[in-house]
Amino acid sequence: MEVRDLEKHFPLTRGVMLARRAGAVKAVDGVSFDVRRGETLGIVGETGCGKSTTARLMMRLLEPTAGTVRFEREDITRLRGSRLKAVRRELQMVFQDPYSSLNPRKTVGSIVAEPFAIHGLYGDRGERREKVTELMDRVGLNPEHYNRYPHEFSGGQRQRIGVARALALGPKLLIADEPVSALDVSIQAQVLNLLRECQREMGLTLVLISHDLSVVRHMCDRVAVMYEGKIVELAENEALYGEPSHPYTKELLAAVPGTRRRHGDRAA
Amino acid sequence: MNDATELPLLRVEDLRVEFPTEDGVVKAVDGITYEVGRGRTLGVVGESGSGKTVAAMTVLGLTRMQGARITGRVVFEGVDLLGLDEAALRRIRGNDVSMIFQDPSTALHPLYKVGAQIVEAVRAHRDVSKAQARRRTIELLGLVGIPDPGRRVEDYPHEFSGGMRQRAMIAMALANEPKLLIADEPTTALDVTVQAQILALLERLRGELGMAVMIVTHDIGVVAEMADEIAVMYAGRIVETAATETLLERPEHPYTWGLLRSIPRLDGPRVERLDPIPGSPPSLIDPPSGCHFHPRCAYAQPDHARIDPELRSLAADPSHRVACLLEEQERRRLWTELQAARAPAEARH
Repeated sequence: MEVRDLEKHFPLTRGVMLARRAGAVKAVDGVSFDVRRGETLGIVGETGCGKSTTARLMMRLLEPTAGTVRFEREDITRLRGSRLKAVRRELQMVFQDPYSSLNPRKTVGSIVAEPFAIHGLYGDRGERREKVTELMDRVGLNPEHYNRYPHEFSGGQRQRIGVARALALGPKLLIADEPVSALDVSIQAQVLNLLRECQREMGLTLVLISHDLSVVRHMCDRVAVMYEGKIVELAENEALYGEPSHPYTKELLAAVPGTRRRHGDRAA
Repeated sequence: MNDATELPLLRVEDLRVEFPTEDGVVKAVDGITYEVGRGRTLGVVGESGSGKTVAAMTVLGLTRMQGARITGRVVFEGVDLLGLDEAALRRIRGNDVSMIFQDPSTALHPLYKVGAQIVEAVRAHRDVSKAQARRRTIELLGLVGIPDPGRRVEDYPHEFSGGMRQRAMIAMALANEPKLLIADEPTTALDVTVQAQILALLERLRGELGMAVMIVTHDIGVVAEMADEIAVMYAGRIVETAATETLLERPEHPYTWGLLRSIPRLDGPRVERLDPIPGSPPSLIDPPSGCHFHPRCAYAQPDHARIDPELRSLAADPSHRVACLLEEQERRRLWTELQAARAPAEARH
């Protein structure tokens, strides 16, 4: 995927009856980068830096104000109809909150099978069910729980459901937006390992959006640091964490707790 | 460490907090004992549902109104706070003992000016005029690093950023120079650079005011940086407690191992796979029998499902206490093995 000069501005309006434009929030403000086949690219930054908006633009969930997103040479920013639907099979997303991203009234089986329904795949019920149990097994869920509802699962298991749904159509590119930040510490590692295993086995390209520099260092081959809608640094993992060049990257790295002791009186 | 003769500022003994619910009795805190010395910082680490927040709130009697059954002792400067009535507790809350909470946007009233809320906190415990309280408020806002405090005292909470709201809440908590500050996930809602500023602020104030701090968090990084001692909670109990360096370098409980090994670190070697703790945290209504951790423990023996481990001091270091049924020597061997297993990865990178 090639992202070039991507911009997304959200208009700010004043007035209720006669709303007029009063400026714009430049959520993404001229961003260019490539996602290489098979790599894991990390995008890090703090609240409001534009990392999630970038992810949504890459997924074509939003239309950009300017710029292009080319997926396998095709600009997807202007796609509509059946061509867009076809591209959506290749691009999938795992969301942050496994509580709000799963429909509470649907069984796990039908949540995971929904991509098949949308794209008219595996029309035969038995075949579809077989496919779903295979996916559930792949992400470490008990296929016997096919008929259970999301509330019967823990946060970590729900995130596995989200991963199974994202993998259902065999995508080429998976974008995970803060996939573990809503999870308990001891569960995060389970989901990170799962993402990595799936990537290795299925030859996926993975884009990981996160505010957690340790998670990104663990997972990613290359890392982009975003600040106020722009990429301020993009480098190979070792280079970025070993010798950060941008002052903001340095500040971010220095801020991670646990990398220093604040307490002076016990510096034994 | 305190002298054996000196009374700790806070001593909690065999504290139990249970909440009756429709589904059964939730044993949120299941018999914990700990101390906070004067001017010391205790870090309480645990996942959601470990009971860490309930344990902290109970110190100030904040779980009473929720119909909780509370037993044990919470001795602050020689007085058992559990025996006090609401009026007596209110004299301690926000005065000798203060608390700051995770989410600064819900802890401040949105319709009152930030300054007015701090003035109220000052006047609740001190017989001072409004003008004096206002001067003190401006001084406090300056102390916590809010620029131009004389003007910002007139702002409403929504005019403050998240980091500034947390600073304002700290200012309010410090209004009466407490001897103990309880901070429940004080930086979890904040960005990492703001978090670093708030932690630096807490550490500076702790030094300047000589107060003790109890910091409750899920983030081992935060306590590694701030705490003198760490207590690790799991399913309503303290499973291990020790001086910070000891706990991080020579942890004894398999759950502590799991926590330390499942987190990717910035300062260690990059590893191919993290070592997650299998399963999920247990239900507090029907916790596992015996050692609460046994269903998730790789080293559990059949009798660990029956026997309840006590929190016991190590022979070599009485301040290091562990609730684990494995032999001390066995634990040391296992931890050494685990450390060695990670070493080859270091050579690769």
